[in-house]
Amino acid sequence: MTDVIDTLAGITPGSPLDAIRNQRLQARNHAQASYDSLFKPSSEADASKLERLAIACFVAALHGRAEMAAFYGTALAEAGAPAGWQGAIAAAAGAAKGQGPYGRYPKGPLSAEDQPGPACKLGASERAAVGPRLAAAFEHTHMLVFHPRDSAPSYLQTLLDAGWSTTGIVVISQLVAFLSYQIRVVAGLRVLNARSA
Amino acid sequence: MTDKVLDPPPHIEPVVFTRDMLDWLPWLEPMAEQDLTPRHMAGLVDPARAKSAYFRLLVRDPEVLEARTKTDKDIFYNPEAGLPRAERELAAAATSRSNGCIYCASVHARFAATYSKRTDDVDRLLDKGVGVDLDARWNAIVAASVALTATPIAFGAAHVDALRKVGLDDAAIVDVINAASFFNWANRLMLSLGEPAAPEKK
Repeated sequence: MTDVIDTLAGITPGSPLDAIRNQRLQARNHAQASYDSLFKPSSEADASKLERLAIACFVAALHGRAEMAAFYGTALAEAGAPAGWQGAIAAAAGAAKGQGPYGRYPKGPLSAEDQPGPACKLGASERAAVGPRLAAAFEHTHMLVFHPRDSAPSYLQTLLDAGWSTTGIVVISQLVAFLSYQIRVVAGLRVLNARSA
Repeated sequence: MTDKVLDPPPHIEPVVFTRDMLDWLPWLEPMAEQDLTPRHMAGLVDPARAKSAYFRLLVRDPEVLEARTKTDKDIFYNPEAGLPRAERELAAAATSRSNGCIYCASVHARFAATYSKRTDDVDRLLDKGVGVDLDARWNAIVAASVALTATPIAFGAAHVDALRKVGLDDAAIVDVINAASFFNWANRLMLSLGEPAAPEKK
């Protein structure tokens, strides 16, 4: 069984980091199980495999992580994504990059820490390439990646209006949140691996 | 299907970071308790979580909830080697403070204070934010967690060196990476699917 985090972090069997990862074997195995359940779902009724991979490519690109973008980009191509999706995802991510986490707090003492910033609006050609349902998911994904404290019920209404079900929104949320975790574990382990004697 | 956004009942919105016990009100319909099948109960892992609106909403995808929960428990509760529990909780609290998740910060600040007995330092992190000066070891853990939380990720060799300098071995550094990364998962669910509610004023 391939472990995606180990593969992307360059952790080889028998290495010191492999041994350390084995001290948290449940976490290691269930991070992989999370990946499997999100990308090899038992049901595609609420979010298709292609939609999930497209969102993953967008998240990887927003983080500017070459290893993640290559991994999910290959998976999206192999899954038979429509021509034009990869280009649209790259263009949309390029136009929407930012510096997170930013956002506003509930009005009160924390308002002094508010860091307002942009919400993402896909360009017309990217929207046309991926369709309105996925475009809405991308705009929500951008908020989750860069400014999650700006969350509001109106964001969820936008997803419902674009045709996502309640369960579909739970899937998108888990997907983007899991990727936020996976990308950071890989990035952190790569730094540590490179810093080990 | 008549899926809709929920209008939370009247409640007090917490407007500061706190160690108080908060409630959490969903913006989407959780599953009803009586509709939970054995597959959903497996996803909840702890049967008691059937009482929680948060977990009954997430259990709409039971497989990923089960895997997420088991990842969480091992990162934070596994007593073998690595970072002391108090400092795993510190990384979770610092990550939540940085992302701005008042609910998650409240839970993990309580745990950090309980396990470390450094209640004042935990409260200063909540009040003043992630730039606060605690001590060399906690500063290094907070800084590493915040760097991992930034997008693009700002964690680099200098953070590893700083953690080693204050006494963390590589197993402990992996725990910091796991704990901060995991709260970048948890914060996004808590923030985007509902909102915290403060206890009624006495």
